[in-house]
Amino acid sequence: MIHFDQVYKRYPNGREALAGVSFRIARGDLTFLTGHSGAGKSSILKLIALIERPTRGRVTVAGRATTTIKPHAIPQFRREIGIVFQDNKLLLDRPVADNVALPLIIAGVPRKEIDKRVRAALDQVGLLGKERNRPAELSAGEQQRVGIARAVVAKPPLLIADEPTGNLDPDLAVEIMRLFRRFNDVGVTVVIATHDVHLVDRFDARRIVLGEGRVAAETPR
Amino acid sequence: MNVGAYFDRHAQTLVGSLGRIAEAPVAFLMTMTVIGMAIALPLCLYVFLQNARQAMTGWNDAFELSVYLSKSTTPERTDEIAAQVRARADVANVRVILAPQALAEFRRYSGFGDALDALQENPLPNTLVVTPTPAASTAAGTAALRTALRAVPDVDQVQLDTQWVQRLIAIVNLLRRVVWLAAGLLGLGVALIVGNTIRLDIQSRRAEIEVMKLVGASDRFARRPFLYAGLWYGSGGGVLALLLVVIAVAWVSGPVRRLAHLYGSGFSLTGIGFKAGAVVLLASALLGWIGAWIAATQHIRSINPS
Repeated sequence: MIHFDQVYKRYPNGREALAGVSFRIARGDLTFLTGHSGAGKSSILKLIALIERPTRGRVTVAGRATTTIKPHAIPQFRREIGIVFQDNKLLLDRPVADNVALPLIIAGVPRKEIDKRVRAALDQVGLLGKERNRPAELSAGEQQRVGIARAVVAKPPLLIADEPTGNLDPDLAVEIMRLFRRFNDVGVTVVIATHDVHLVDRFDARRIVLGEGRVAAETPR
Repeated sequence: MNVGAYFDRHAQTLVGSLGRIAEAPVAFLMTMTVIGMAIALPLCLYVFLQNARQAMTGWNDAFELSVYLSKSTTPERTDEIAAQVRARADVANVRVILAPQALAEFRRYSGFGDALDALQENPLPNTLVVTPTPAASTAAGTAALRTALRAVPDVDQVQLDTQWVQRLIAIVNLLRRVVWLAAGLLGLGVALIVGNTIRLDIQSRRAEIEVMKLVGASDRFARRPFLYAGLWYGSGGGVLALLLVVIAVAWVSGPVRRLAHLYGSGFSLTGIGFKAGAVVLLASALLGWIGAWIAATQHIRSINPS
């Protein structure tokens, strides 16, 4: 599903975030990207979602080398990826249902269908009945689950999450991770970047440990 | 994507953009008022000119040349010349005013009756009042007629009384150009006002646009609500401009009618008219759209998630 081949990423400010990263993630895998902050986890996710492009090397997502994707094709490419952010990036002036519906509206799904799928996605994250609430009326954990519902509502084959539990207390974090696990169980490829090693230890999943812009360890290989 | 969903989406965005405007009605009204005034200015000038032209069409037909014959011309010779002039192809009518008749008229209208009594003889000559045909009622036509009449024996002087009307028409024609120029410049201004408003709007919703792009929105999708907002700004301004013109016309039409009445004319002010009004609405909506399009295309492209 994802293949990094000797990928380098140097930002305009001169910081080298990735220095020759290579790994493969198979379709249907659940993978944790770990390492302390600044190790390059976020950069990897940004390269997958084409928020950034590699300085050198080759990134392949779902069989396509991202370097061959032209700017006008990026929106279509991103619709195949569900993204969950640490700060959830919800639209605070819109109700929950509108937030979750956004990817479907963008994809041009008929309205009747949208309502149905939004309810299904909210059901999966345990927020059915909160459609008309504003994000600010929800707890941090609930907001993060809205973000996850938005990421999965269009049924993307790939789900990536950048520190999805960064703002949550441990119990809520475990709950969120279980949620990801469930999506993985139904065939979605899931990549989660997190610095929380203790949390990762509780899950039996593949791990890619990053350090100083390189792959420091991989379990299991 | 099916066609129904496509229209559904556009309708939603159209109404949605209106909803956003309703959230900040004061800002919208202020922008709309500025746009409305910018459009109303050339529009008022246009209405003024249309009316001026209409008022002058009557005058244009009333071109007359006064042909003064030499003092020694007899009434018989006067009639002879009148018949000769009447036969010309570019002359519609000739009216003969003999000297005594002219004196009587002058005495009646001028108020110099007592002074005239002091004169021993009639100082006024026999006169022909020549009306050219409508086709000859142009600057060139009347000038040619004037030259021809001057060449007639016993004609002392030919005077074109209505030269000032032609000058006025020339001025009005010049002003028409000025209206177009003003309309062009202010139209550009409207597009710029809308563009700038949309630019600020985009900046304040930067985060939202970033999120939309992150979940797969194309630039075109992110741009759409702003284009509709531009459409609302433009057409709102157009409606306001028409309203301003209607009020202005209503306000001055009473005095204009009284003034026309004093001049013995039944002239009354005409408003903008349905057709011109529709054109104004369409043009202002289009200008709003164009201004928004330029600003949104440029700024949304530059917003990228990081």
